[in-house]
Amino acid sequence: MLRAENLAVRRGRKTVLEGIDLELNPGEVLGVLGPNGAGKSTLLAALCGELKPDHGQVWLDQCELSRWDGGQKAQRLAVLPQSSTLEFAFRVEEVVGLGRLPYQSGRARDDEIVMQALQAADAGHLHGRSYVALSGGERQRVHLARVLAQLWPGAVGQTLLLDEPTSALDPLHQHVTLQAIREFADRGVAVLVILHDLNLAARYCDRLLLLEGGRPHSLDSPAQVLRPEPLKAVFGLEVLVQAHPERGHPLIIAR
Amino acid sequence: MTPLLKPRALFIGLSLLCLLAIWLSLALGPVSLPLLDTLRAALRLLGLPIEGQGLEQAELILGQIRLPRTLLGLAVGGVLALSGVAMQGLFRNPLADPGLVGVSSGAALGAAFAIVGGALLGGVPEAIGPYLLSFCAFLGGLVVAWLVYRLGRRNGQTHVATMLLAGIALTALASSAVGLFTYLADDATLRTLTFWNLGSLNGASYSRLWPLLLVSAAVALWLPRRAKDLNALLLGESEAGHLGIDVERLKRELVFCTALGVGAAVAAAGLIGFVGLVVPHLVRLLSGPDHRTLLPASILAGASLLLLADLVARLALAPAELPIGIVTAFIGAPFFLFLLLRGRA
Repeated sequence: MLRAENLAVRRGRKTVLEGIDLELNPGEVLGVLGPNGAGKSTLLAALCGELKPDHGQVWLDQCELSRWDGGQKAQRLAVLPQSSTLEFAFRVEEVVGLGRLPYQSGRARDDEIVMQALQAADAGHLHGRSYVALSGGERQRVHLARVLAQLWPGAVGQTLLLDEPTSALDPLHQHVTLQAIREFADRGVAVLVILHDLNLAARYCDRLLLLEGGRPHSLDSPAQVLRPEPLKAVFGLEVLVQAHPERGHPLIIAR
Repeated sequence: MTPLLKPRALFIGLSLLCLLAIWLSLALGPVSLPLLDTLRAALRLLGLPIEGQGLEQAELILGQIRLPRTLLGLAVGGVLALSGVAMQGLFRNPLADPGLVGVSSGAALGAAFAIVGGALLGGVPEAIGPYLLSFCAFLGGLVVAWLVYRLGRRNGQTHVATMLLAGIALTALASSAVGLFTYLADDATLRTLTFWNLGSLNGASYSRLWPLLLVSAAVALWLPRRAKDLNALLLGESEAGHLGIDVERLKRELVFCTALGVGAAVAAAGLIGFVGLVVPHLVRLLSGPDHRTLLPASILAGASLLLLADLVARLALAPAELPIGIVTAFIGAPFFLFLLLRGRA
């Protein structure tokens, strides 16, 4: 379980993140929303230990994040960055198989998990293809499969951090991806996902953190956060909010 | 672009190629020996009970000249190819090469420093000479590898263009320093220096071989242990970190292994370029980028390629001999251009 206490990050004199108190609960998908430059990726970097916060602490289970052994940490915490640069012609299953590096579960079991993770990301048909020949969206799904394989099959006590996992995906695969993430959470994994699409956030997230200029504007249920007033205040966007005709979650329409 | 060969087929093919290269390297030269005599004499040298009638000359040539030369070629080729793999993994770019980023020049500077410095101080004892040379070459390689690495990084990312430019600058700097040593050197030292700058397996002796064999064995045993981690490093440094790898430590090991390997190779055989670039590329084309195959296969391929290049060096202008660095550059430089053009298309 990942917990952040009063995080602050400064770049030079500028404070890019401040006053973050956050606890990721098992089985919960927490969405992070905010305009460009609001500190979303900085938050993710601080939460996974890539960036050392200038103030505050991050705890994984009962131990401070920086004191974890790398391999032990990797079995509990997986991170999907916004984009990856891989210039070598690995086959797709080799890329996904890298997610099994923290384990010694054996070749047969790993192959099985790789295939399941690929299928969860709707990338099973890419098995055997060369990574460098894939499109941007296909690559994104392969990397999603890689981080899923790292925590497979997903259990209470694990945490998954995702930075815009749908940015390069077509509409169908935006939903497929978030459904896979949702299922992962249903097995007990705590998920934090940075999103730009308000309607995807409304549909798949249990709680939303709205960031504005590096500070939390609100942290609440989608119904509370996705109201015209906060969205106007943070994004400067005039919206109508209605209930989804079939599912009931908020539906955000730009005016 | 799917790999053509399964690892097993690749290893069988490369082993056969390597054996063939060894055989030819033992047989051919100014005095060419019949292939069968070579084989019999070589087996006799290995201690097998074979009739020695009429093999005295072959055994003498093999034992005194061709065998050390062949061993030198195997070790230099293998360790240079390994260093290429390590550099390309470190920079996460298939165009990195110990020669191109200046590590070889740094090692050459270290070697020149040892040669000329030793001569100016009135000679170094025969027993520690080769080791001192290896140590200085290693130190030179290490300093340049570290400098290029530091210069090529900004905000936690490696900029390949900056790195290559830094490599050019440091190569120029090291070359001018080698030039200065050349200016200071007397005639005998000058000949030795010229030899370092072009590279050659000529005059191989067991005393020069030992430091290199030790270092090559160490690097060849160490790097494959890190094969999986190298695979993960290709994803990116932070991604590798999230997979539980101590990235800073891995990078230090890679720089250290490269400097050690290139330093020892340069000390033993001078500057031989492009092996570290061409070999890993060829192996990747044949069987993909997985380091678990790439590292051991590169040792075999590098060793074979260098022996074959040495054969060209020996035979092209026989009885005169070309420096092998010229041969590898003739093959390697067009190959590098081909890679650049292919990358642009």
